[in-house]
Amino acid sequence: MTNVLLIAFTISLLYMGIAHRLLTYIKILSFQGILLFGIAFIQLIEINAANLTFVLFETIVVKAIAIPLFVNHVMKRNRITRDAEPYIPNFVSLIIITIIIITTFILSNAISDTRISKIFFVVAISTFFTGLYIIVTRKKIITHVLGYLVIENGVFILSLAVGNEMPVLVNLGILLDIFASVFLLGIFVNRIGDVLKDVDVDQLKNLRD
Amino acid sequence: MTGIYLAGAFGLSALLFFNRNKLTNYLLVSGFLLLQIAFAIYEYLHINVTELNYFCADSLAVLLVMTLTIISIPAMYHSYVYLSSKQDNPRHTAIYFASMVALLTSINAAYLSNHIAVTWIFVELTTLTASALIYHRRNNRSLEGTWKYVFVCAISITLVFIGILFLSFSLPEGGAADLPFSNLLKNAPDLNQFWLRLAFIFIFTGFTAKLGLVPMYTAGIDAKDKAPSPAGALFSSVLMNVGFVAIFRFYTVVSHTSIHRWANHVILIAALLSIFVATVYMTKVKNIKRMFAYSSIEHSGIVMLGLVAGGLGYYAAVLHIILHSFVKSSLFFQQGQIYRIYKSKSIYDVGSYIKYNPTGSIIMLLAFFFATAMPPSGLFISEFMIFSSLFKANYLSLLIVVILLLTVIIWAFGKNIFKLLFSSPVDFNEDKVEKINPAESISQFILLGLVVYLGLNPPQEFVTLIQEAVKNLPH
Repeated sequence: MTNVLLIAFTISLLYMGIAHRLLTYIKILSFQGILLFGIAFIQLIEINAANLTFVLFETIVVKAIAIPLFVNHVMKRNRITRDAEPYIPNFVSLIIITIIIITTFILSNAISDTRISKIFFVVAISTFFTGLYIIVTRKKIITHVLGYLVIENGVFILSLAVGNEMPVLVNLGILLDIFASVFLLGIFVNRIGDVLKDVDVDQLKNLRD
Repeated sequence: MTGIYLAGAFGLSALLFFNRNKLTNYLLVSGFLLLQIAFAIYEYLHINVTELNYFCADSLAVLLVMTLTIISIPAMYHSYVYLSSKQDNPRHTAIYFASMVALLTSINAAYLSNHIAVTWIFVELTTLTASALIYHRRNNRSLEGTWKYVFVCAISITLVFIGILFLSFSLPEGGAADLPFSNLLKNAPDLNQFWLRLAFIFIFTGFTAKLGLVPMYTAGIDAKDKAPSPAGALFSSVLMNVGFVAIFRFYTVVSHTSIHRWANHVILIAALLSIFVATVYMTKVKNIKRMFAYSSIEHSGIVMLGLVAGGLGYYAAVLHIILHSFVKSSLFFQQGQIYRIYKSKSIYDVGSYIKYNPTGSIIMLLAFFFATAMPPSGLFISEFMIFSSLFKANYLSLLIVVILLLTVIIWAFGKNIFKLLFSSPVDFNEDKVEKINPAESISQFILLGLVVYLGLNPPQEFVTLIQEAVKNLPH
């Protein structure tokens, strides 16, 4: 079951690569939150109940509902246009993301450790690099934040791989998540919307040598 | 005491945030400084005592806490000078001091923590508090600087977290109790090599954002440029030391494993590229503050070379990072005065500084000699030790490249500093020049004096502390 959910997660990355509208990105993020809820539930069933409730609460409420709603609110408030405006055609993006996934898949053959299941490693690392790829190839500042949230999801999956032995690390990951979403989104996109009229990365090219 | 300090300092920070009264603000800030001094003395007297499970003041932490205490006093003083020249509104002043106190506190906690996850949490806190300082001016460019800083630091903190996860994979038997540095050090030979390599790459790359090395150095440059100069002084001294502490502690663990040589190569590449990038930008940069920031990149590259060289290099690396903090913070403090005279940071708009502010220009001249590691600067001693240990470790060709690059840096740095001091400025109206009180430069003289003293004639306790700090590294 975990494998099915993880594979669904990977497919959502491919879909994200070809998505045009920002609303689609938000929906995918929300969907990923639900998948993470399922994975966390199966993976962490053995840890103590209070901690499990906390983790599940975080995935379903924060990742799947609160953050997508919040991003949506930020976009409406700053009147961000709905197109993601990639620098690179979506078809090329699809190929590159596929290459990322295949490369991590091949790399994972180097792991001789039987304790860690390889699929977590593959999905987490390819999510991480896909997130980075989305950050560098999209024009809007808000897509940077969305890419960062994708990276967060990847890190969360990786932390689930050791979640049973070290639940503390899962909680730390959640701390990171809250730091990122509240801080990056809450304070900054509001401010950026107030100060800069057009929310493009091109606006952020004054500081240079 | 750590508990009292953390609670007290964060409490003071919260009070500063809500307080709008000037006198109360003075009282709270001096309260914090007293607490900081008391804390530094207490930790010096109680070395290697673990408190609250996660905080242990080992020799390295004590050295850096002392450094921070010494720099924090002039930083607060120059903040008052800076704010009084700007007629800021009380709310911004309150946020400024609250975040500065919180920044210093979280830096202290990051120095002391003996658990990599705790270090990680406090490094995250330094990002939050530093961003409030960078945004102090509240204009487009400071917003850009803040956004870049926060975003790059968020990415790098994620990298560190991934590194910590890989580190936990590498442990032979699971359990969070195994993540403190002392336990890692004990179990070092048993760690799984594959995961440890990945962990090292990710943790090292993540912390380079704080230390200011290639690849994540970029955000730090903008931050030091856009932050008010007293805050910039903190960023390029004590905040860089946070990155150093984190990398140093993890490197100590790695140095006892079979990937030590490989890790050295990774650090070597990052260090060499940092010095190279610093050289390229130093010759090109036209903004005085950014020039200082690139000089910090160069110095952190040299420090990392010390780690790579080993032997005497370990000692020299710790000495170098401490002395560099003093030199660089005094340069940034002095930069505040330059800005008040010329209302510009560009090298094109400045000149004849020696005419308008003789005391300040003496500081500038001295600090230039000190930052480029010319005698009698203490940095000369540490750099000399690093180079000789590189020579002993058979890195001769590397050494030649580094020395050539440093020569270019000295030329570029000197060209700009002498332009500032001696050539006459273009289109500059002399009538409205602000008179700078020479007393404002006293703190810089003290800091620079300390560099000479600690470099040329270090007290025995200081030497012992550094030797203790590097004793866990293989010789």
